[in-house]
Amino acid sequence: MPFQLTPEREKYADELFTRYPTKRAACLPLLHVCQEQNGWISEDVIEFAATRLGLSTAQVKGVVTFYTMFHQRPVAPNVVWVCRTLSCEIRGAKVIQEHLEKRLGCHVGGTSKDGKFSLLKAECLAGCGQAPMIQLNDELHENLTLAELDRILDAVAAKTPAIASPSSSVAASHTPATSVAAAQSAPSHAPESTEAKE
Amino acid sequence: MPEIDTTRFLTDRYDLVDSHTYSVAEKAGAYTTARKVLTTVQPDAIKAEVKAANIRGRGGAGFPAGVKWGFLPPKDPNKVVYLVINADEGEPGTFKDRTIMEKDPHRLLEGCIITMRAIGAHVTYIYVRCELVTAIKRLEQGIKDLRARGILGKRPFGIDHAMDIHVHLGAGAYICGEETSLLNSLEGLRGEPRLKPPFPAVSGAFGMPTIVNNVETIAAVPDILKIGGAEWSALSRLPNDGGTRLYGVSGHVKKPHVFEGPVGLTLREMIDRCGGMLDESRPLKGVIPGGSSTPVLRPEDLVNAPDAAHPLHAWHGKSHIDVPMGVDTMRGLGTMLGTCCAIVMDSSVNMVEAARNLMRFYHHESCGQCTPCREGTGWLSEICDRLIDGSATEADVDLLVEVSNNMMGNTICALADGTAMPMLAFVRKFRGEFLEAARNGGVKDGRLDLAVAPLLKGRAA
Repeated sequence: MPFQLTPEREKYADELFTRYPTKRAACLPLLHVCQEQNGWISEDVIEFAATRLGLSTAQVKGVVTFYTMFHQRPVAPNVVWVCRTLSCEIRGAKVIQEHLEKRLGCHVGGTSKDGKFSLLKAECLAGCGQAPMIQLNDELHENLTLAELDRILDAVAAKTPAIASPSSSVAASHTPATSVAAAQSAPSHAPESTEAKE
Repeated sequence: MPEIDTTRFLTDRYDLVDSHTYSVAEKAGAYTTARKVLTTVQPDAIKAEVKAANIRGRGGAGFPAGVKWGFLPPKDPNKVVYLVINADEGEPGTFKDRTIMEKDPHRLLEGCIITMRAIGAHVTYIYVRCELVTAIKRLEQGIKDLRARGILGKRPFGIDHAMDIHVHLGAGAYICGEETSLLNSLEGLRGEPRLKPPFPAVSGAFGMPTIVNNVETIAAVPDILKIGGAEWSALSRLPNDGGTRLYGVSGHVKKPHVFEGPVGLTLREMIDRCGGMLDESRPLKGVIPGGSSTPVLRPEDLVNAPDAAHPLHAWHGKSHIDVPMGVDTMRGLGTMLGTCCAIVMDSSVNMVEAARNLMRFYHHESCGQCTPCREGTGWLSEICDRLIDGSATEADVDLLVEVSNNMMGNTICALADGTAMPMLAFVRKFRGEFLEAARNGGVKDGRLDLAVAPLLKGRAA
């Protein structure tokens, strides 16, 4: 079935197009809202976005492949980004990553054994003074110790429903309803946080 | 040493409870300047004040903001002018703009309103990297509050100058902090830098005249108009760059954080304000003064400027870390001021590892458009890998220099230069360490977290 936005997100998408003088400029924000719903940018999402933007799928795919934050593969309901750039690195980012790998049972780029977490390496997340730090879904966690990290992961894992068969398809399990990000707080670009332009 | 200057402008609302909300900011004075300026000051006079303030762009390039505004072509009824705020803060080591957007978004929004009036723009796009969720939420809430009060809308403060502000999210690309790349990204394209000229002031966003400024630069505009350009300029300790600015320190200091100070603090003062070195037994080895693209400085290097005409003569014989942080002074030391956010490294840091960490970053972030950068960043990263795993020879150290030299000046944007310059400085200033890695079969214990790893683990136990 082709990809479709929920009615609220569709309304938000309509508003997006009023912000810019060209249709194409809505490309990044539209992809963000699609990813928020779908969990990742699938071929269906690309086709949907291309139609809405009046672009070819190749043009949209060109954009998707340029930016790190657009997932080109399914990810787990929770995504952990660990910053490994210099300021974090000299304050212990490697220890954080090693701990995450051990605890989640996967390497960077992989998904945890229980299917609840994807672990990814990030470049500088502008938290240098609060290093080491991770981004978990849409929240930054800073000045980490291993104990603090465990506490954060425990809390998020407990809120994430068990995944039936983690290895088969993490994509199938990702719906906004199970997303901790969606449950904890309305994402910044969620429909309810915006107001129609006069 | 001059005593700590506690003058605060940019950060004077940071410590208030709920400083990010409209009601708190408004009670503490937000928008009084915008109201006064919009209703009583002509656009040209606003521009004149900002020019007099002598503020140099806080994003890294250090271009005078007032001069940049002056590059706009004369008013043309067929064209609209855009203001674009560069909030794609992603230079490793830099975390200052985030504090403005999170703690005092209304200072930035007020700056946008005054600037739109000055340059004749009706729309501002604030390009924020999507990772900074709190900043984005607070800016969006702020914009909503302003629209509800008519401060953004058809007649802000009753004048005939419609204004609106939109937050535009990036999607994780360091290169989008480069202004033309940012404009491409704003237009919905891949974030590849454009050839200049034409400069954005002539043909920027959507082919229209566009002013692109850093968050901190625009956040300073309300204060410039409040106290007057000349007075604001005089807050600085240096002649060619006015005002106060945000300083950030990360790495091996006791209390890494962002603080405000007059332009021209020294690196030593910055470290002192952060409680000094993390562990007194491990002395300062090197400091990257303004984000990872700025060449590293060593405390033992002394300024050599016996000639009285030399711009650095006043600091002749002093350590590099005792020279005031300014655009021109840092250039004189062979480095750059950049974003004024320093990365402090103590003696536990292996500089080959530090260089590799940054080269990997640049390799990952090169947009791939220009061959010298796409290939060069990859080779620098790979040669560093070889040095560390022990498969390099001494000739590879010179190869680092050769590759770097072939990257500089041969690309559309400054990312290649911003990679090659720090690489060259690492090799020149810590050549012994690079040669040692080549001779001794690699870097044995090259972890960069030696100073803190036991601490992190200990606390977990």
